Amino acid sequence: MRIVAERLNYTYNANSPFAVHALNNVSLTIEEGEFFGIIGHTGSGKSTFVQHLNGLLRLPESKKRKRRKSKKNAPHSTILKVGDFDLTDKKTDFRALRKAVGMVFQYPEYQLFAETVEEDVAFGLKNFSEKKLTKEETAQAVREALEEVGLDYNAVKDKSPFDLSGGQKRRAAIAGVIVTKPEVLVLDEPAAGLDPLGKKELMELLHKLHREWCKTVVIVSHDMDEIAENCTRAAVFSEGRAVECLPPRELFKKTDELLSLGLDVPLTAKIARALKERGIEIDCDFTVDGFVSAVLAKGGKP
Amino acid sequence: MKAIEFRDVSFSYKKGGFAISHLNFSVEEGEFVAVLGHNGSGKSTLARLCNGLLTPKAGKIFVYGEEVTDKNLFDVRKKVGIAFQNPDNQAVASVVEDDVAFGAENVGLPREEIGRRIAFALGAVGMESYRTATIARLSGGQKQRVAIAGVLALKPNVMILDESTAMLDPRGRREIVDVVKKLNKEEGIAVVLITHFMDEALLADRAIVLNRGEIVMTGDPASIFERHEELLTYNLDLPRIGKICKQLQAGGMAVPDTLDPEELAEAIARCVSSRNG
Amino acid sequence: MKDVSFGQYYPVRSFVHRADPRLKILFLIAFITAIFIAKNFYGLAVCAFVLLLAILFSRVPFLKVLRAVRGVLFLVLFTAVLNLLFRTGEKTYWDGPAVYWSWKIFSVTQEGIVESLFLVVRLILLVVCSSLLTYTTTPVSLTDGIESLLTPLKWIRFPVHELALIMSIALRFIPILMDETERVKNAQMARGADFESGNPVRRVKAVVPILIPLLLSAFRRADELGDAMDARCYSGGKKRTKYKKLRLGWRDLIVFLVGAAMVTGVVLLRIYLGWPL
Repeated sequence: MRIVAERLNYTYNANSPFAVHALNNVSLTIEEGEFFGIIGHTGSGKSTFVQHLNGLLRLPESKKRKRRKSKKNAPHSTILKVGDFDLTDKKTDFRALRKAVGMVFQYPEYQLFAETVEEDVAFGLKNFSEKKLTKEETAQAVREALEEVGLDYNAVKDKSPFDLSGGQKRRAAIAGVIVTKPEVLVLDEPAAGLDPLGKKELMELLHKLHREWCKTVVIVSHDMDEIAENCTRAAVFSEGRAVECLPPRELFKKTDELLSLGLDVPLTAKIARALKERGIEIDCDFTVDGFVSAVLAKGGKP
Repeated sequence: MKAIEFRDVSFSYKKGGFAISHLNFSVEEGEFVAVLGHNGSGKSTLARLCNGLLTPKAGKIFVYGEEVTDKNLFDVRKKVGIAFQNPDNQAVASVVEDDVAFGAENVGLPREEIGRRIAFALGAVGMESYRTATIARLSGGQKQRVAIAGVLALKPNVMILDESTAMLDPRGRREIVDVVKKLNKEEGIAVVLITHFMDEALLADRAIVLNRGEIVMTGDPASIFERHEELLTYNLDLPRIGKICKQLQAGGMAVPDTLDPEELAEAIARCVSSRNG
Repeated sequence: MKDVSFGQYYPVRSFVHRADPRLKILFLIAFITAIFIAKNFYGLAVCAFVLLLAILFSRVPFLKVLRAVRGVLFLVLFTAVLNLLFRTGEKTYWDGPAVYWSWKIFSVTQEGIVESLFLVVRLILLVVCSSLLTYTTTPVSLTDGIESLLTPLKWIRFPVHELALIMSIALRFIPILMDETERVKNAQMARGADFESGNPVRRVKAVVPILIPLLLSAFRRADELGDAMDARCYSGGKKRTKYKKLRLGWRDLIVFLVGAAMVTGVVLLRIYLGWPL
């Protein structure tokens, strides 16, 4: 599913002294099949943006739709489409949308609630299924989801989710979202709070999901190295605007711009910049491997 | 003088298994120690033992030469302060100065002195201009600085940061790291920085690696990162820059093991020009 | 950053905003006393006039103040209608029959009409004055005010400090837990949870996936907060000093004088003028 947003605006606490203009004319397209990154500070609007993608935040326009029908195709109107779902239309089936767009929030392990892991993972499945699922069907789907995230179904299914280790909890929580096999998977800071190994394993898991289950993956992240290593393209949010949307190879050439927005750049970009000052241009995708081979091509053993 | 000393300390939670076992460890006055370890390695237990929030099952803990007992907890906590992980879970009041005052009020300081302590503590963390701000509206890094100020108001000799950067964004992390450096260099406060961000450990005089409640590595950060293979076995990793150095070396480029991007760029530039020249 | 506001504090600087919270609380008490002492419309007119002045000096928009009434309007009207229907009496205030209509135990009398009107005015004044207090006083300073006013109760071993701390912590955590509720709710909605439809039993059941994570998180936060308080030498109210002292100023003198004049006026009107016109 292709995600298209044009001229998206959102204000929290509108018409009050506490109004916050969180999104300001955001236009962004995420192609099907991408591993897309969204970068920005806390409060830059990135979380507000992703919450629109499955209708957790609704466009205020959609309420006024009827009155403005004549202006439907006016040039200034907002567009927000996820595949065939038109999110500006009030009649959109938001349940079906949510099934198609899985959303993993920050620290998802804090949303576990059921008595057993199996029950918790099955929660979304039961909510979204049109008919009543048989026990076997449920168990089968839960097993697949748990195994996909690297947990042993038989070992964990009857455990309380609160007895799992930190990393396992997060995996179980992710299983609870992917169990309905969403086409798009959105994750807000999926690796937050994990130790180095945990981070590495989690990113491997996301790539596996991207290959096998979810066509499009969108991650929100503060970690530029993570973005450089993993994403096909990334959008930079700043003060409610999407200021850049480029593949890492081009994005991180704009080191100075990113730094002036108060954002970091990947370490590889920092070194590349220091090398540029010394007259050496490194052209690479800013992954560690890509960077190293580009450097070695210039100065390794002949 | 040893600010904190652990002598053969063990601790276990009810669930069983030792969270800390037979630990010998000390922090010198004014020293900056980084404690590294994967999640569940016993880092937080170590922090809570240092100022009597937890009591060891075996062994003894000394703070400035005095054994920590139930009776001197107050004095120990005045000397050894802790800031915790979650920026939202440490403040008792809604307004910055009220919260910073809390510790100083608890030990019964006179009003005027509390006012001076608040000014000192907020100054030390660079939050002077937020004295009357509402904590709920601050950023994560700012909240965490307020939490540190709340501890500083007690004028501790040792400051423990129990993964205080773990939940922050890069900007917040930088803020805290800068504050910690300043406290150590300018105020002479000993710092125990517990973290799993490898690059933060680079600032320390000494780094300790914990694994399953035992100290498995100790030494200056650079020497620890030289033992890459060993680190991996403790579920830890090199800072990214260390990895780049290793890969360049493996590819036949003569760069040193450095943790400074500028220095690495310089070394690369030398190699490139020597090949071309 | 979503709902940064709670309660209904209206953030502007004004005479009323800057008056001492204790005086404002006392003024509210005086006001409530006055409107219940008032036995005639002249008395209420005095109260209404004073309240009008207060609103003007608070710089809170008039409409905003009236909006507070909207919330309780139904309750007020309901009470008034009941009062009207059940009130019996022979008093007349104008030419015409004393009883307009009656059926079984219900009746509409002149006395009933006047009494009900009186009641409505009283209740509206009450609601407007209380909400003016919350419009012009932050929850934090309200808590400070209440604590300070309760201080004398320490003599009868009433846990004033603990109560104040509980209120303070509650205020601190309300926005955090509100945010958290929103987050958990969103997360479960993303997993297809439906909180809006179905019969009552289903709806109550639907809350479980929000409630459990929320409770667990509250416990976790409480745990961490407890540690953070212990680490800052908290040991109850004993030997504790207090940094924040409310100080009275000229504004408070004016608030006091106006309040006193109002009560005196109402009492005099009650004595020298009849009931109720």
